[in-house]
This record gives sequence, C-alpha cells and structure tokens, in this order.
Amino acid sequence: MDQTTPTQIEHAHMLFPEGMQLECGFRLAPVRVAYRTYGTLSAARDNAIVVCHALTGDQYLAETHPLTGKPGWWSRMVGPGLPIDTDRFFVICMNVLGGCMGSTGPRDPRPDVAGEPWGTDFPPITIRDMVRAQKLVVDALGIARLFAVVGGSMGGMQVLEWAATFPDMVFAAMPIATSPFHSAQNIAFNEVSRQAIFADPDWHGGRYWEQDAVPARGLAVARMMAHITYLSEEALTRKFGRRVRRDPYNQAGAMSLFGEIFEVESYLRHQGSSFVRRFDANSYLTITRAMDYFDLGADHDGDPSRPFHGTRTRFCIVSFTSDWLFPTSQARLLARALNRAAANVSFVEIDSDKGHDAFLLDEPDFDRTVRGFLSGAAEHARIG
Amino acid sequence: MRLDQRLIADMIRPGTRVLDIGSGDGALLDYLFRTRGCDARGIEIDMREVTRSVAHGLPVMHGDADHDLAHYPDEAFDYVVLQRTLQAVERPREVLRQMLRIGRHAIVSFPNFGHWQLRLKLLTSGRMPMTAVWHTPWYQTPNIHPCTILDFLMLCREEGYVVEQWMAVDEDGERAPWRRSIRLANLFGEQALFLLRRRGH
Repeated sequence: MDQTTPTQIEHAHMLFPEGMQLECGFRLAPVRVAYRTYGTLSAARDNAIVVCHALTGDQYLAETHPLTGKPGWWSRMVGPGLPIDTDRFFVICMNVLGGCMGSTGPRDPRPDVAGEPWGTDFPPITIRDMVRAQKLVVDALGIARLFAVVGGSMGGMQVLEWAATFPDMVFAAMPIATSPFHSAQNIAFNEVSRQAIFADPDWHGGRYWEQDAVPARGLAVARMMAHITYLSEEALTRKFGRRVRRDPYNQAGAMSLFGEIFEVESYLRHQGSSFVRRFDANSYLTITRAMDYFDLGADHDGDPSRPFHGTRTRFCIVSFTSDWLFPTSQARLLARALNRAAANVSFVEIDSDKGHDAFLLDEPDFDRTVRGFLSGAAEHARIG
Repeated sequence: MRLDQRLIADMIRPGTRVLDIGSGDGALLDYLFRTRGCDARGIEIDMREVTRSVAHGLPVMHGDADHDLAHYPDEAFDYVVLQRTLQAVERPREVLRQMLRIGRHAIVSFPNFGHWQLRLKLLTSGRMPMTAVWHTPWYQTPNIHPCTILDFLMLCREEGYVVEQWMAVDEDGERAPWRRSIRLANLFGEQALFLLRRRGH
C-alpha cells in the first residue's frame, strides 16, 4: 500500500463557517470547499469557467495530482492553447461536497461529537447541494456571472443543475455524456457498488476508522464493476482481447483454476487497488447516492424542460456513440427537453468506440467541439 | 453561400429568431448572425456537418425535420427555414404544419418537378427523368416526395397558408425572370422559394 494517506495533504480551500442549508433540511456548518484555479481572471471578471468533476474525479484538473503523482484528469483538455484555453479563460475546479479531496465530506470531524468523523451519518447530499457549495466559492471570488460551466458524467449533472438553479449566472453550459435523470440501470450499478462495500468485513457498519481499517476489498470491487461500465466491449477487446498471462501471485501454477489470468482481469484489479488509495468508502456512498437522486424533472411533474423555461443560457450537449452508461438516447431526451424550453441548444454525438470514458480520452472531434462551442459563445458574450 | 441562400436571407428581418432545418455547413446561420444579428440555430441530420458547425461556434443540433420539430413550443421562432429538403422528408404536410406552428413564418425551397426538361424527358423516353437537379436514379434517390410549384401552391391553399412571397430560381440560385406567372415559373423554374405564414397571423 502507498504510504501517503489522503488526509495528510493540505488542499487549497475556502472555509465557510456559516455553512449551508442542504436540500434534506440539515444545516451543514462549517462547509469547506477545496478548489484549484488555472489561468487569470479578467479585470471585468467575465472569463470564468467552472469545470465540474465526475464521481471519482477531484479538483486537480490540469496539474500533477498531489496524491497519485499522475497528470490532472483533464490536463489534455484544459491548459494554455488547449480547447479550454487557460490563456483566455479563468478555470475553477472544485472538489464536490461529500468528496474526500479536501471539501467537507464523511471523513471530516462532525461538529457535534468530539473526535469523531461523520462517516455514514454524513447528511445525504444532492447534486444541487454540490452546486450551491460551488456557488459559495464563485461568489467569494467576486464573480457575478460564469462564462461557462462544463462537465462530463456526474459533472454534466452539476452543469445542468447550475443552469437550472442559477440561470442568470451561467452564460454557456456544456453537459457532456450525461442525462436529465439517473436511469434505473445506473442506480442498479451504483447499488451493486455499494453492496460490495457493505459486504467487506472491514466495513464495520461504516465505522471502519474505529478499527483502523478501510473496506479496501469492497471499494476495489465497486470500482472494478463501475470501471467496466465506463468502457465498451470494443475498447476492452482492442485493449485486452482474450490475452492471458501467468498470475505471479498464484503459487499453484498454470494447472490450477486461476493459475493464469486474463489481462482484462489484471487491469481491473489494478484499477480497483489504485482507487482505494485515493478514495474514501463513505464518500463513494454519499456521492453515488447524490447521483441516484438526480432528476431535473422531479420537482416539475417529471418534466425536465420546466427548470429551463425562459433560460438564456447557450447549451452544448455532447454524447458518444459507444457510451452505454449515459447513452445518446438520454442526451436526446435532454436536447428535446431544452427544445421544449426554446433554449439555444447544440447537440453533437461524437463517434467513438471508447465508451463513457471517451470524454476523458483523445477524441479530436470532441476537442474541436469544445473549442468551437466556447469560442462561439465567447463571441456572443463579447469577451476576449 | 449559395445565391438562393442569399435570397432566403433577404426574406429575414434583422434581429429575429431563426431555425434552419437542414443547416448543412452552417453558412446561412453564420451569415444571419454576422450580418443580420439574428438568433439563428440549426438542425442537421448529418453528424459530420453538425460537428463541423458546432466546432465553428454555431448552435446546431443533430436531428431531422420529421422527428424533432414537435418538441419545440409554439412560435418559438420568427422564421423556420427548410432548404431543398421538403421533397426528401417522410411527411411533407406534417413538416409544414410543424414549421408554421413553431415559427411565425416558414421559408421553404424545393426543386420543381414541373420543369419543362422533366416533362419532356418523361414524355419522350418513357423513363424516370434525370437532369442536373434530379440526378439520382429512382432506386437511390432520397427525394421521395417530389412536387411541382403548382402542387405546392395547392397544398398551401388547402392548409390555409398565406404566400407572402414566392420566386423561382435556377439551379445556381439566380433569380429567374418569370416571377409574374406561376404557370411559367412551374415550367421554367428549377427551384422554388416560398415565404409563408398562417392565415390570421
């Protein structure tokens, strides 16, 4: 196991002692939001872009991650001269509420019981709560209107919630590989992930810190299962096919049932074990639950267009052909909901065999779409 | 931009909301935004064209005339444009109805099947006519609902649409001289261009 634990790193953050009222009715205080910025805020404060991260992402968008030592999760998209050009735009990325990379979450000490973290008692949060926490930072930075909000997957849900909750603050919105509500199939996948965590003997009813343990097996299985949903059959076949190799950890040798392992198995095990080093199980539960609750139409008789009536935000919806977790059919539901609201909508389906993860990977058409949409919007917003 | 697109643009008042169905490379959208200050958006069926348009900063969504117009609210636009596509949609009458529901005006262009060359070729050869405008064989053509200028006028009458402007143009988009006579236009016009509105609007 890696010796650095996530809690040892000091993340840049803002602290809001007065906290915030959550949708569940609970008043969470204090609230801390860890964030990173890239580029320079213009004198007119009109060039800010909020990038929202996905389920297991964090604020380390375009720089080496302090914990993993790997490049930021969207460093191929965000930077000087890149599609989200930091020579031109001021980019803010914040760890979501309920996360484990410096923003208030289940691993933080609870104010009412000395010396004890929240754990499973952390209040249920929603995507809208995440967005309201981000707005605290945006307000504190003195930014009255965001030029754009961009994000994929759960980040796309936050983009939609930004545009629905603070329509006058969002000039352009780019929801990528996302949906107007979390589908039954996706809730089902999340449930399998959670059950894997619950089934780990090291789970200890969510109070694993008391035993100085982490439910690493359960969290790794959750990650392995979820990771399959981020890929596609084509991508798995291309990367691994049916290739087999000797399992170095299996002493019994090739004659035993698991003496050899498929490369795809080895890959998933690696994904699982590296994930548990940087993620907290209770955070995983809190955030997956927030995704499950996401439904733009929930407060509007099931009509996801209603939150957008009268909106002046320019939208660009992007989906990917091989994404079966957030398929194009769901993006189309979103596009049509925005049409019903007479919103200004672009809608592109990018041809890719890389599955849901395509938004993080090298897709030149996607890069061109991001760059073009932002440039076009900047022209309409009359910013540099 | 094609000349007939210039004629379409001339029908559109500055600063209005426009939906261009079948926006292609987005040339009309770009022109309307830059020279007319219009809020111009597109729908395009070809994903490559959609990606190209969005990459040029134009608001275009993937979709088509038959399936995507029903999702817009009434009078969401001042003009809804359908260029050279009416003959290729599944249900032209329904598409026109949707255009004049979501838009205060409809601008429609289509190739005229009443052109003299088509009439002559069918009469003399007894086979489906092929011309510069109608250049794909019957088994391959996407043009499943060809009509003549007179046919289109009859449909407008039946549906209660007011023809505010019409003109016949040749294939290159040059405006044809027979603008006074519908019968001459139906014989000599290669493309027709109509500006419609609903009666009582």
